[in-house]
Amino acid sequence: MVLDHAAIALLYKQESSAILARMIRALGGDFGLAEEVVQEAFEAALEEWPKTGAPRNARAWLLGTARHKAIDRIRRRARFEAPLDDEVDLAALGSEPEDEPKSAFGDDLLRLIFTCCHPALALEAQVALTLRTLCGLTTDEIARAFFVDPKTMAQRLVRAKNKIRVAKIPYVVPGRSELAERLDAVLSVVYLVFNEGYAATSGDELVRQELCREAIRIGRLLESLIPDRAETTALVALMLLHDARRDTRLDADGNLVLLEEQDRSRWDRVEIEEGLTRVAHALRRGGATPYGIQSAIAALHAEAPRAEDTDWRQIALLYGELARIAPSPVVLLNRAVAVAMHEGAERGLELLAAIAGEPDLSGHHLFYAARADLARRLGRTGEARRDYARALELCRGAPERRYLERRLGELD
Amino acid sequence: MQYLLLIYGSEAEAKKASKDDQMKMFGEYKVFSAELKGSGKMLGGEPLESVTTATTVRVKDGKILRTDGPFAETREQLGGFYAIEAKDLDEAVMIAAKVPGAKYGCIEVRPIMKINAM
Repeated sequence: MVLDHAAIALLYKQESSAILARMIRALGGDFGLAEEVVQEAFEAALEEWPKTGAPRNARAWLLGTARHKAIDRIRRRARFEAPLDDEVDLAALGSEPEDEPKSAFGDDLLRLIFTCCHPALALEAQVALTLRTLCGLTTDEIARAFFVDPKTMAQRLVRAKNKIRVAKIPYVVPGRSELAERLDAVLSVVYLVFNEGYAATSGDELVRQELCREAIRIGRLLESLIPDRAETTALVALMLLHDARRDTRLDADGNLVLLEEQDRSRWDRVEIEEGLTRVAHALRRGGATPYGIQSAIAALHAEAPRAEDTDWRQIALLYGELARIAPSPVVLLNRAVAVAMHEGAERGLELLAAIAGEPDLSGHHLFYAARADLARRLGRTGEARRDYARALELCRGAPERRYLERRLGELD
Repeated sequence: MQYLLLIYGSEAEAKKASKDDQMKMFGEYKVFSAELKGSGKMLGGEPLESVTTATTVRVKDGKILRTDGPFAETREQLGGFYAIEAKDLDEAVMIAAKVPGAKYGCIEVRPIMKINAM
């Protein structure tokens, strides 16, 4: 079989993180060097495979090629630069990858995940490094996804890789005593990546879809590599249930479509089924954890055949519980909206009045948009107009802005 | 790997502490230092006198300039250090977390640069 460039690009997406994870271990945690030789191995594949045909075991070929390139580099370095780093496991570099059990690759991927999400790195660096090494996104793509100058993003990555090497952040899976806490940190990075991709703000739609896909992929990977963790299951469920609605959130003109107006027949049934199974499992095993509750809320939305069938009473209760165990202004805002749907807009406005002073909310367009919607439902046009206008001032996402403008226009 | 643990804390707060609290802290440091030495991971470490006794020295055009005080005024001041041997950053952080001062101020963990023989 002759592989064309597109097929090799696909292979890169699928295989590069596993090969990189292995090379980083063999090179004693040197992310930079590992990245370079894996890159070169894929370049060699692009050059040779179209001529000679793809090897039987592509992963072994790539790993072998990367290994040779690494040995070359290290020898050259030993001759001209610094003496050989004693951490480099030349034996591991020399072993034949075909002999290794498949699970060894899983272990290396876990090491890579935990190192990228190491708490000694700044959160933004953790996210960038995860997307670069684990998801194979280019620096430019990551920069675009986070509205950052590509040069700044490149610097952020270099600095993170440098800290891992110089301060010697270990390339290991944390021990039992630390695992739960460290896994939580990994899950928050995964969820952050997902949310960045899911947020309906402006930006490159393709990159955004990719962020969601990758977050779900890493979530599933964690599920299989560290089984029986209710929080992981709950997070994957939450992401699947949100992702199932992704295509119905914008209409053909790119305008925002609210949950109650979305075409539920176009929600992704496969993702919903997968999500619902996980929610039940996560709640049974883990109880009321933050991701568990959020996934249960998403499940209630997904299960309602029509918007008016939504069990708002239950959703309001769940937000109340979430506010108790993981309080945040946005959770309180969502609770107020759920209560308004169940008990009426008046009651919702009362709850919003109680949290209006929260510093995180007074600068957030969602707060004013929610208050405007409730005022509109009660026919208080003046208040609604003022709050929609305030929300517009604070909102930067193009589809959301158009939604607010439309609502504002409808008041006249 | 060698790391330097820089112990920062507020001298103003420390001055407010009662005699008993100061003795308690002193005792905690004694125990910690003994444990660290016993584990063979301690390369060195000393407490420092107050920043009010510091002198900052610069050489400009061959002339020695002396300034009273630390090089930078900060809310928390460098009050002591340990040099340790640790397997990796995770172990260094575990040791830093046991430094008594971590409860009152903070510990900056810095890898010590390895200079290769030329």
